[in-house]
Amino acid sequence: MKLTHHLDDATLVRYAAGDLDEAFTVIVASHIAMCPQCQKASHNAEELGGQLLEAAEEVAVEQDAFAKLMGAIDNQNKANFDGVDAQNVHPFPKRRAKIAGDVPLPLQRFLGAQVADIEWKKVAPGISKHDIVLDKDVPSSLYLLNIAEGQAVPEHGHGGMEMTLILSGAYNDRFGRFGPGDIADLDEHVEHQPIVEPGGGPCICLVATEKPTKFKGIIERLLQPIIGI
Amino acid sequence: MRTALKLVSNNDHNTAIELAKHHRHLIALVGSKQDRAAFQALFEHFAPRIKAMMLKGGVNMMQAEDLMQDVMMTVWRKSSQFSPDRGTVGAWIFTIARNARIDLFRKASSRPYDDVYEMEIADDGQSSDDAMLQVEREECVSAAMKELPQDQRDVIQLAFIADMSQSEIAKKLSLPIGTVKSRMRLAYGKLKGKLEAVR
Repeated sequence: MKLTHHLDDATLVRYAAGDLDEAFTVIVASHIAMCPQCQKASHNAEELGGQLLEAAEEVAVEQDAFAKLMGAIDNQNKANFDGVDAQNVHPFPKRRAKIAGDVPLPLQRFLGAQVADIEWKKVAPGISKHDIVLDKDVPSSLYLLNIAEGQAVPEHGHGGMEMTLILSGAYNDRFGRFGPGDIADLDEHVEHQPIVEPGGGPCICLVATEKPTKFKGIIERLLQPIIGI
Repeated sequence: MRTALKLVSNNDHNTAIELAKHHRHLIALVGSKQDRAAFQALFEHFAPRIKAMMLKGGVNMMQAEDLMQDVMMTVWRKSSQFSPDRGTVGAWIFTIARNARIDLFRKASSRPYDDVYEMEIADDGQSSDDAMLQVEREECVSAAMKELPQDQRDVIQLAFIADMSQSEIAKKLSLPIGTVKSRMRLAYGKLKGKLEAVR
């Protein structure tokens, strides 16, 4: 997969540090699952954490800490032999088979493995939506849009951070062409008007937003509560 | 003053690389043979640092000790999954500590990180195991860190160790968020430049 749009370096650092909330962690992880380049980059960013951990001023642990840990490990090993919850406590988990399906793994527990199985709710002509219910109560939201070929999304700015990850199809805006696996990691104050490319089927994309997206025109603004994006 | 600093740094730099190589050797022993002496050596080095990181993140002594126990347990259990192709032992242990902390506090979950990790393990077939590349990686990472200006280091220290959000960092340092972001980009960019140069 040849990708052209990647994560902002500041986003990579925040992801590596653990600063993103659930909606943004899921979308960033989903892009990384589709993008070997950002996979490497995220490990590079984690080296910053590794170096700072190395440099941390040590704080003494309890005197029996190591013995306590080894005791816990021995207990788990024993439980393993007894066949209790062997799956969870196996000290050296086996490698899993290749991941199946066309939904990136970090999204599969919300959506299942196949994009074709996602259920849609029509929100405007040519636009359907699927809301993702997250495990945590966060100020951001995460949803999928299914936008028909040739369809233009109203020009809009963003009230906060917004990211869009293309799962299938493609759109064009003033930043270029966004195809499967590409992520638009947009800052606040950015305005754009994506138009779905004709001929490639609908554009199915995952969107994470900090606050509701602001549409520009009065009609679109009136539409916003209905579309809910 | 700069020269003096550089001399000290060079010494530290070599020690840091030796240490990283040694840790890579130890984790391989734990992973392949469940070697308890090797694990104890790793524990003695990392446990007090993990505890320090947790304390800096704002938990109390007891929670920090418990989190450290959880993290080291995971290190033991997942040691055979460690791949030097993906990074240093220190970075790998940092991610385990980060995930433990996320699950304790955050408005997030470590599941997405685990999913990516699982995917990478499933792909590990073509692992290169190139010892030369790994040493170069350790050298680059350590060198990039030494060259990091203090203002950038402060920002990433608050993000990675003190567990502060971008906006909390901006507030604490009385900086606009844009400046916090650009310092994060610069700190990462330095490291990226060095790592990409060896490939």
